[in-house]
Amino acid sequence: MKIKAIAFNTFKEAIRDRILYLLLFFAATTIIFSRVLALITVGDRVKIIKDVGLASLSLFGAIMAIVMGTGLVYKEIDKKTIYSILSKPIHRYQFLLGKYLGLTLTLFIMLALMSLIFLALVFLHTYKIEWNLLLAIFLIFLELSLITSIAILFSCFSTPILSSIFSLSFYLIGHISWGLETLIQKIRPGFSKVLVQIVYILLPNLENFNIKTEVVHYLPIPSQLIFFSTLYGIFYTLFVLTIAVLIFRKRNFI
Amino acid sequence: MAEALKIENLYKSFKTGFIPKRKEILKGISLSVEEGEIFGYLGPNGAGKTTTLKCILGLIFPDEGKIEIFGLPYLSLKAKEKIGFLPENPYFYEYLTATEFLSFFGDVFLIKKKEKEEKIRELLHLVGLESWANMALRKFSRGMLQRIGLAQALFNDPSLVLLDEPLGGLDPLGRKEIRDVIVRLKREGKTVLLSSHILQDIEMICDRVAILVDGRIINQGSLHDLISEKILFTEMTISGVDAKDLEGLGEHFSYHGEKILLKVFEEEQIEKILVIVQKKKGRIHSIIPRTETLEDLFVGVVKQDED
Repeated sequence: MKIKAIAFNTFKEAIRDRILYLLLFFAATTIIFSRVLALITVGDRVKIIKDVGLASLSLFGAIMAIVMGTGLVYKEIDKKTIYSILSKPIHRYQFLLGKYLGLTLTLFIMLALMSLIFLALVFLHTYKIEWNLLLAIFLIFLELSLITSIAILFSCFSTPILSSIFSLSFYLIGHISWGLETLIQKIRPGFSKVLVQIVYILLPNLENFNIKTEVVHYLPIPSQLIFFSTLYGIFYTLFVLTIAVLIFRKRNFI
Repeated sequence: MAEALKIENLYKSFKTGFIPKRKEILKGISLSVEEGEIFGYLGPNGAGKTTTLKCILGLIFPDEGKIEIFGLPYLSLKAKEKIGFLPENPYFYEYLTATEFLSFFGDVFLIKKKEKEEKIRELLHLVGLESWANMALRKFSRGMLQRIGLAQALFNDPSLVLLDEPLGGLDPLGRKEIRDVIVRLKREGKTVLLSSHILQDIEMICDRVAILVDGRIINQGSLHDLISEKILFTEMTISGVDAKDLEGLGEHFSYHGEKILLKVFEEEQIEKILVIVQKKKGRIHSIIPRTETLEDLFVGVVKQDED
C-alpha cells in the first residue's frame, strides 16, 4: 500500500529525530521523580506515582505530537521533498494519511516506552498489574492521535511556530472547555445560552480522555464512558483529518 | 508520431505581497512534445519553466488551460505512472541512504521486494553510485544528489521523463555523464523534456526546443529550422604578417604573441588574406567558420522581446 510506504518513511524520519529522545528522557525523569514526590507525601504514595505518571504521559505525549506533527508536512514543503513524492502516482490524501499514520505509530511506540517505565514503577510498589491503568493509557493514546491530526491540519497551511501555538492552544482549551458546562447551567435561557452551547459543542473536550481520578482513587469506570470517549476520539480525529485533506488537496506547492 | 505531452493555452498567476496582487507567470503556453524526442525547454531565470513543469505534475493548479500526457488527463494516476521527474536542486530525505531512498520509491510504486532490489542495483549502476549505496544522502555532494535524483525519476521505467535543470551545478565530467544517460533514454524510446539554461548541452542533445520568455513561448521548432546553417563569419589565426598589411580585410584584430586573430565576414577577403600570408611567408594556424549557435538565437530572441 502506498499509504504504508509513506507511513513507514515518516516513522523512520521521526525516530531519527533527536528531539524525540530528549522529550523521552524528560518524560522518564518526571515519571521517576514521582517516586521522590511520593516519599515526601503524607498518605497513599502509590496514588501520587499514578497521578504524576499519567499526567506526564499525557503532557509529554502531547508535546511530542505537537513538535513532530507541526513540522513534518511543513518540512516536506519547505525542503521541497514533496515535489518528487507528489509527482509519483499517488493521491494527495494518501500522502497526508501516510504522514499521519507514521506519526501515530511513532507516538504509539513512544507512549509504550514511557508506559513501560511507569507501569514498572507502579508494579514495584503494588506487586500487581492494574488493568485500569492500561485503560487510562489507551485513552491518552486516543487523545494524542487527535492532537496529532490537529498538528497536521495546521502544518498544511501554516509555519511550524504558528502551528505549534495553535495546537498547544487546542490542547489547553480542550482541557478547560468542560468549565463551559457549568456556565451553561448558570446562564438564563436566551441567545447567550445558545451561543455558549454552540461554542461548547464546537470546542474539543479532551477531558473525555481523562480518567485519572477514577483510576487513581479506584472509582468505578462505566463502560459507556470508555465507549463514548473512544467514539468521540475517532470521529473528532476523522473530522479534523478530512478538513486537513480538503485544504491539502487545493494547495499549490510553489 | 503520437504526442507524449500536449499543453494548450496554459495560464497561471500567483497572488503576492502583503496586499495580494496578482502576478501572471504563464501567459497562454501551448506546446507539444512528440514521442521519442528530446525536447529542450529554454528560458532566462524567472521565465516560468519550473512553473510549467509543476503544472504538468499537478504540484500547482493552472488557472486555465489543458494538459494531456499520452492522451490522458494529466492529473490521473495512469498519466503519472508514465512520468519520471527530477526537480531542480533536488532535496531529498537526507536521513536515508541511497538504497533506502530508492527502496522507498519502489514501495510507492508497489514493486515487489525482489524486483525492487534488482531495480535499485540497476539504477545505482546507471548513475554511477554503486559505491555510495549505503551512504546517507546528507553526505552527498550536489552532483551526487543530481544523480540519485535521476535514479528516482527512472524507477518506474517512465515513458516521459521531465528534467528540471538536470545539468545545473555539475562539473564538465558530471554533465557529460548525465547527457549520456539522457541520450541513452532516447535510444530506449523514452521521451525527454528538459529545461535548462546551459545552451551548449541542449544544442548537443535536443531534437526540438521551445524558448520561453516572460511566460510566453517566443520560438518553437526543430533545431535545424531555428538555427540557420549559414556561415556567419570565419575566424582566422595567422602569424608572420604585419597587421598593417591586413587593414580593411577583417574585423576585431587581437594579438596573442606573434599570432593575429581575425574575424572575416566575406569569402573574397579570406582569399586575399591567404595570398598576403603566402607572399610574406607567414603561417596560418586556423580557419574556423562560425555558424549560428543556439546561444545566438536565444540572446537574439530574448533581446527582441525586451525591446
